[in-house]
Amino acid sequence: MSAAARLTRWIAPAIVLFWLAMAFIGPLISPYDPAVIQDADLFEAMSRAYWLGTDYFGRDMLSRIIAGTRYTVGIALVATMISVGSGLLLGLAASAIGGVFDMALSRFLDALISIPSKMFGLVVVAAFGSSMPVLILTLGIIYLPGCYRIVRSVAVNVAALDFVTVARARGEGTFYVMLREILPNMIGPVLADFGLRFIYVVLLLSSLSFLGLGVQPPEADWGSLVRENIGGLPYGAPAVIFPALAIASLTISVNLTIDGFFGPQERGH
Amino acid sequence: MNALIGRLLLQRLVAAIATLWFVATAVFIITNLLPGDVAQELLGQSATPDAVAGLRKALGLDVPPFERYLSWLGHLAMGDPGKSLVNGMPVATLIGSRLGNSLLLAGITALVAVPIALLLGITAAVARGSLYDRIVGAGTILVVSVPEFLVASVAVLIFAVHLKWVPALSQLGRINGVWDVIRVFALPVFTLTCVIVAQMARMTRAALIDALSSSYVEMAILKGASRSRIILQHALPNAIGPIANAIAFSLSFLLGGVIIVETIFNYPGIAKLMVDGVATRDLPLVQACAMLFCGAYLILVTAADIAAIVANPRLRHQ
Repeated sequence: MSAAARLTRWIAPAIVLFWLAMAFIGPLISPYDPAVIQDADLFEAMSRAYWLGTDYFGRDMLSRIIAGTRYTVGIALVATMISVGSGLLLGLAASAIGGVFDMALSRFLDALISIPSKMFGLVVVAAFGSSMPVLILTLGIIYLPGCYRIVRSVAVNVAALDFVTVARARGEGTFYVMLREILPNMIGPVLADFGLRFIYVVLLLSSLSFLGLGVQPPEADWGSLVRENIGGLPYGAPAVIFPALAIASLTISVNLTIDGFFGPQERGH
Repeated sequence: MNALIGRLLLQRLVAAIATLWFVATAVFIITNLLPGDVAQELLGQSATPDAVAGLRKALGLDVPPFERYLSWLGHLAMGDPGKSLVNGMPVATLIGSRLGNSLLLAGITALVAVPIALLLGITAAVARGSLYDRIVGAGTILVVSVPEFLVASVAVLIFAVHLKWVPALSQLGRINGVWDVIRVFALPVFTLTCVIVAQMARMTRAALIDALSSSYVEMAILKGASRSRIILQHALPNAIGPIANAIAFSLSFLLGGVIIVETIFNYPGIAKLMVDGVATRDLPLVQACAMLFCGAYLILVTAADIAAIVANPRLRHQ
């Protein structure tokens, strides 16, 4: 492995851990109160006092990005757990039970995939309004079918292996086979899929917030921060670009981390 | 065209129509699931009972859900998605006034993006493993894994703020001559092109590499055929199906991208109309736009499937 490859192998997981840590301890090390208007100009450039400049109200941008980490990373983590958790459960059940159950579930979830993810999000927000539970649940459901598909295809392959046949011949029940024989042998693909789903969720959440349909003010995730400050774009204000770069640093690092640990993944939602 | 292909095509078309019906049902269920009274929810707590009753009637909420579903589906199929809740105008008129703008944006993007993506994908596949291939690979991964509004923001910073070649915001309406058209469309088209090209180039590269690693290409190499002959005569014709599939499938990413691009550049298209509709919770408008987008998505995905079937030589010569 070249020096550059070794470096990126550890830089990417480090950035992911950095953002995770920031979601927990961020408020402790934040230089200013993110909600307080500072004695500064609007859309100020980067300076020693305000490392990433100020926003459209003259608030410290670095503190606002740190505060936004909790929303972006937190919401995305919970939503990903919902979609991978239920995708895993349904996928395992489909492969273990098979028959009509497997066929009906697969057909239904495949049809759900034919609704583009942003469209699904927009329709739900139009119907229910945008609140934290609605947002988390919607993001979780949108990426459930994709996860189900992968879990099911891996599980079906594992289920065809000899040790599963042996377990069935021993007289083990469906649940035992599912949890003790099939599940432990597909941890790798599931973890890799968790990472990919997390990226999709972060991107969709950020897009919805950017459209003003995700996290609602006064709370703000990274996507909302881009939206709030978009008026500063024609002046080249750092307030627009840094929240967007924060999103990119997270998604790209998760991408590289998955590739580093599990090998290149098939992409495309 | 033989019977087998005909049957497969018919299957795909029937599947697409069934899926469209499923999507319409899903959209209807989601937009009618709200617990309690939609009319009350939309008007807020301070609304008078008269106003709530009026909106209930306008929404048809006094009719049982299943009848409402049938009548909605029927009207939708006839191209009449109802009236806007916000300004009372027919949704069809609102959409009609914006559809051309969106199609123009999508069309220009496709014209620009497809040749670039094919060029990048094919050259990367031919130079597989080279520095060039790795740069193209890293660039496409980069674009695929960042939000569209970052691509758009960076484009504005570079071309509008620093180089001052184009205005930061699109303004349709004050257009005099070709030069203005280019200035208005430059940034939206650039952003969308980046998004599409990344996806398309990756898939094109994969399709061609697949063909290049087949045994007939190995045979051609052993015969001593020239490199260009191997690529142009042997690999490319057999990769046309997968590449056409890649083009149609990647174009479906336009639908997601256009929502962000129309918003950030203030472009008067359907996506902007829909986002505004979601913000004001104008349900008939949102339903109609959602069906339009889902329909376009299904057409592209089905076209991708059909391209793969028609171009498959194994099916053609049976």
